[in-house]
Amino acid sequence: MKKFLSILLACTMVLSLCACNGGGKKTSETNFKAGFIFLHDENSTYDLNFINAAKQACEELGVECIMKTNIPEGQECQDAANDLADQGCGFIFADSFGHEDYMIEAAKENPDVQFCHATGTKAHTEGVANFHNAFASIYEGRYLAGVAAGMKLNEMIAEGKITEDQAKVGYIGAYTYAEVISGYTSFFLGVRSECPSATMEVTFTGSWYDETAEKEAATKLINGGCVLISQHADSMGAPTACENAGVPDVSYNGSTADACPNTFIVSSRIDWTPYFKMAIKNAMEGKEIPTDYVGTLATGSVKLTELGSAAAEGTQARIDEVKAELEAGTLHVFDTSKFTVEGQKLESYMADVDTDPNYEGDHEVIVDGYFNESGEGFRSAPYFDLNIDGITLLDQKY
Amino acid sequence: MKTRKSEPLFHIVKRKDMPFGKQVMVRAIAIVAALIVCSVITIITTKMNPLAIFSAVIQGAFGSTRKMWITFQDTSILLIIALALTPAFKMKFWNIGGEGQVLIGGLGAAACMILIGDKVPDPVLILIMLVAAVGLGALWGAIPAIFKAVWNTNETLCTLMMNYIAIQIVAFFTILWEVPKGSGKIGIINQNTNAGWLLQVGNKYLLTILIAILITVGMFVYLKYTKHGYEVSVVGESEMTARYAGIHSGAVIIRTMIISGGLCGLAGFLLVGSIHHTITTTLAGGEGFTAVMVSWLAHFNPIAMIGASLLIVFLSNGAAQISQNCGLNQSFGDIITGIIIFFIIGCEFFIRYRVVFRAKKGAIPAPVTGEAVFGGGPGDESAVKEIKEEEGNDND
Repeated sequence: MKKFLSILLACTMVLSLCACNGGGKKTSETNFKAGFIFLHDENSTYDLNFINAAKQACEELGVECIMKTNIPEGQECQDAANDLADQGCGFIFADSFGHEDYMIEAAKENPDVQFCHATGTKAHTEGVANFHNAFASIYEGRYLAGVAAGMKLNEMIAEGKITEDQAKVGYIGAYTYAEVISGYTSFFLGVRSECPSATMEVTFTGSWYDETAEKEAATKLINGGCVLISQHADSMGAPTACENAGVPDVSYNGSTADACPNTFIVSSRIDWTPYFKMAIKNAMEGKEIPTDYVGTLATGSVKLTELGSAAAEGTQARIDEVKAELEAGTLHVFDTSKFTVEGQKLESYMADVDTDPNYEGDHEVIVDGYFNESGEGFRSAPYFDLNIDGITLLDQKY
Repeated sequence: MKTRKSEPLFHIVKRKDMPFGKQVMVRAIAIVAALIVCSVITIITTKMNPLAIFSAVIQGAFGSTRKMWITFQDTSILLIIALALTPAFKMKFWNIGGEGQVLIGGLGAAACMILIGDKVPDPVLILIMLVAAVGLGALWGAIPAIFKAVWNTNETLCTLMMNYIAIQIVAFFTILWEVPKGSGKIGIINQNTNAGWLLQVGNKYLLTILIAILITVGMFVYLKYTKHGYEVSVVGESEMTARYAGIHSGAVIIRTMIISGGLCGLAGFLLVGSIHHTITTTLAGGEGFTAVMVSWLAHFNPIAMIGASLLIVFLSNGAAQISQNCGLNQSFGDIITGIIIFFIIGCEFFIRYRVVFRAKKGAIPAPVTGEAVFGGGPGDESAVKEIKEEEGNDND
């Protein structure tokens, strides 16, 4: 027994000595380090989309990429950001909405480091020079995905599977937050541009990532007569429910074709690579990073995946046409002649662009006959929070 | 009495106190064995050098000055909650409602920051926050205690359910106070005015640590040297004895749970006022349950709890680094932590009990000292009988 113990002890000592040499560093072409903070890990479609872009951008720029996953929206985020700064990162990014306040705190603590945050709303009012927001005109991507969905509805009507009146779309949202409202409204406007009889029902889960709740919500919508589903929540819950029920699905953040080969139509996503490359490069060269950056179709930030097997014939050609119109500026997603609010055309709207606890409208956002979402001089994150006619909210508790 | 052919292969016997040196050795063997199992699993599943994993854990918990402070701060919070639960446990009142008591305390503090943050001077605000947090925590502890004392309800279920009530109440207020509209989060409260933020002593981590030290000493003295502490252990031993000794056990239960809940509320106050400056349903982050383990691992000894909570925090903060250094999913860190904790808890079994194997055929059974706890079923009677003859009938 004693012999056994002494061998064990000797092993531990050797192990602990070796441990000091562990953790070989990856080599990179420059000494610059970029740090990334993610709410979940690669199992979340939302975070995976960011993780892939971060890896690609760092590889292309030849900078070291340090990633922290599963960082909650609390003090942990500030600690993680500070730790990345301690490790010598000159650029630090966080991907979740709730990280914003803690990133601002970390930015104040580390004035020489550039902090960037996706989906946030405060950079333009906070006045912290090294803190920046970024988003993309994903409402254009949603609109295009909506066009594909509308064509699918038309195909189903033509095949006699549903009548025109049954063209009801279901949508699973996370929260009743402007980003989600902007998303489903632009999607619906895309659907209706192809299938004028379409209506939509929306339900909310109260979480950005809750696989069970999203699956249940999708099933509830399907049982309630929705013939096509889309979502703005980050798990595979809704796409899986659609595949099980054989209901066509437009997903978000990336293709779900592998898991849902029979029902996947298309997915819109933000490609963060162009933003990461620009921001990291500017941070390296000491150049200004925009306070509010909006990626567009033109910058390659707003993308559609390849069409799935469930897409209707001719969808790609139609998407290309509409995309060209959007890029040319001859078509606006939130054209006020295309929708009504409580039966009225929208002539004027004060949106809550500057975040405050009382949700006060502070900027006139109807410009040249359209709602200027993520517009120049406003902010990058969406602020469209109107409830347009044709969309029914099944619940609003979140 | 059934007849039987042979005695079981082994049975388990409670030990008399094991010498301290031997206890340390058993624990050391357990940790080494855990590391070996972790290494084997690491090599098999990831083909990576286990040393890289272990050094990541150490780096994650102690790799920089900031990480050390964070580790000690997190340890302090876990320690406070574990200390809070301990008097209840000593009373054999199974308070697994720490999570809810922390959360409701945190809600009290956050509510004050939001509602009167700009109306009263900061010292007054912090005092009100403290009273609100401790008061609400105490209330959350007292409710199941009153039910237990008056109607003898099951406190385990009751405290557990109170957690969910607290979570739902916090969820309600999160939606009520969310900024911006519809986002489902409150964000940092009073970010620009810092109203209600606790003072920084030296740095932002130290205050929590100092409070934890004070409470540790306080709880040690309370349990060991005060009349209250004595009453708690008497009620824990046997309610009948307590009654015989003239102790009103119902009053002791309620009083102790007010202390237990109040201290949990204090942890919530620190989490909101000093660390996160916000309130979410995940504020307590499962620590109300982890603290149960800490308290048990330390055999309800406040001083030993320092080590137990440091160990748990070291493992969890360390494991987070695995994904950054080695590109492995968080689940891998959880597996490693799980294995190590399993071995550590497992070795406690061998410190408290010993396994006695069946004597060889024909040999005289070795004399067994200690107390029979459980054996191998009906065939075990002679072994138990043997012990009973030696030790008297004192099964527990």
